[in-house]
Amino acid sequence: MEYEEAKEKIVEGLKKKKGKTKFYFNDLAKILDEKPRAAKKLITKMIEEQVLEYWSSGSTSLYGLKGYGKQAQAEEKE
Amino acid sequence: MAKHKTPLLDQLETGPWPSFVSDIKREAESRAKNERNIEYQIPQDVCEDLLGVLELSFKQGRTHWKHGGIVGVFGYGGGVIGRYCDQPEQFPGVAHFHTMRVNQPGGKFYTTKFLKDLCDLWEFRGSGITNMHGSTGDIVFLGTTTPQLEEIFYELTHNLNQDLGGSGSNLRTPSDCIGQARCEYACYDTQALCYNLTQDYQDELHRPAFPYKFKFKFDGCPNCCVASIARADMSYIGTWRDDIRIDQKAVNAYVGGELAPNAGAHSGRDWGPFDIQKEVINLCPTNCMRYEDGKLDINNRECTRCMHCINVMPRALRIGNDRGLSILVGAKAPILNGAQMSTMLVPFIKVEEPYDEIKEVIEAIWDWWMEEGKNRERLGELMKRQGLQKLLEVTGLKPDARMVQEPRANPYIFWKEEEVEGGFERDINEFRKYHQR
Repeated sequence: MEYEEAKEKIVEGLKKKKGKTKFYFNDLAKILDEKPRAAKKLITKMIEEQVLEYWSSGSTSLYGLKGYGKQAQAEEKE
Repeated sequence: MAKHKTPLLDQLETGPWPSFVSDIKREAESRAKNERNIEYQIPQDVCEDLLGVLELSFKQGRTHWKHGGIVGVFGYGGGVIGRYCDQPEQFPGVAHFHTMRVNQPGGKFYTTKFLKDLCDLWEFRGSGITNMHGSTGDIVFLGTTTPQLEEIFYELTHNLNQDLGGSGSNLRTPSDCIGQARCEYACYDTQALCYNLTQDYQDELHRPAFPYKFKFKFDGCPNCCVASIARADMSYIGTWRDDIRIDQKAVNAYVGGELAPNAGAHSGRDWGPFDIQKEVINLCPTNCMRYEDGKLDINNRECTRCMHCINVMPRALRIGNDRGLSILVGAKAPILNGAQMSTMLVPFIKVEEPYDEIKEVIEAIWDWWMEEGKNRERLGELMKRQGLQKLLEVTGLKPDARMVQEPRANPYIFWKEEEVEGGFERDINEFRKYHQR
């Protein structure tokens, strides 16, 4: 899959999900309909371009659209 | 005079053990005095506020730490764990109190200069409080603010030649025992393998895309000093496949009391004369040893490498010469379904650079787990859910009796139709020729 197409799919796919702003890697791979390793390459680029951002509890990592969610606003203010 | 009154914490200092409360108080005092004129980059009273918020938590029976965060260093998904206090007005010093996990040196060998440099960096840009080491083995820096993260990362990677470790759904910081550097039991170079895999799997270490955490741990021998068998998703445990080397003269020196058993480790008390029958032979889990007429015999075919005899008589018994490692998989601590020990997957593999054979096993397992693992499912749980047979299929390994814990205990290996000559269909008339109804 081309990167631009993947980006569009992810941004659209995640914006559609109401009430949730953080997603597991598997949720993203499912949106892309790619095997995990191929999906990871695309998602890593989206992190580099700051389309997505990581969230970590310490034990588990999640992904979200940059700037979305309560925490992003609260943390950025600081 | 302390900033906050902490009667409940003070009580913790009265026990017989060294107290973390005393440690934090010492650091608080040292920061307040600042005899070295450090330009602290985070609040000077961070330790006071840490004690204050902990006292409040004890009083109320509830935590005041918020869960997780988006903070990190650019490009890395692990190594930094965002921690915020939900009482920032009362305890401004710990409003941000992020944890940084720093990859520990192989075998945890430090020079004093490196330790001092680490501490100086953390005094300057963090709380000064460390945890040496976290349970994954990392150097854990406890408590800093968001603007300091990139600065610390730069300093670590450019001047201290050290990287952040793993956290979150990553390959966690691989950890190893001291290995051949200091230990004659080590069956392979744990540090070389640990370092090689750490370098090779940088992407897995820093960019989380696994269903959950994944741990590598490297033990040079079955004494398992880093407890890989109990807590690593993939445990690499040194072993040998020839015979334990016996020096009969030295065996008799132990029996005669000329050599101290356990290298003198239990000599603080008089346990009486060494009794080889009671202390070694009878404790062998497979009963594969005997001592008769001044001669020790070992039936090596039955030995399960428990290490007890070698530990008791290290001058007399030595590990074999044909060395390698066993790969065991699936250990985890109890979150779901209780704790689990690793299961034998590869009984013996030679440890030779560039470790391609080992990497093949690793990557096959990752591909399977990344595709089939549910969110927050450890490898050991996936193995239980889909069965060891599936794991053997994806790794291309053949079933082996050594993978079975005990006869009839793990009935998870089934034949498939294509593996059986003639398939499962039978000619009933042919069958009836030999068997009555």
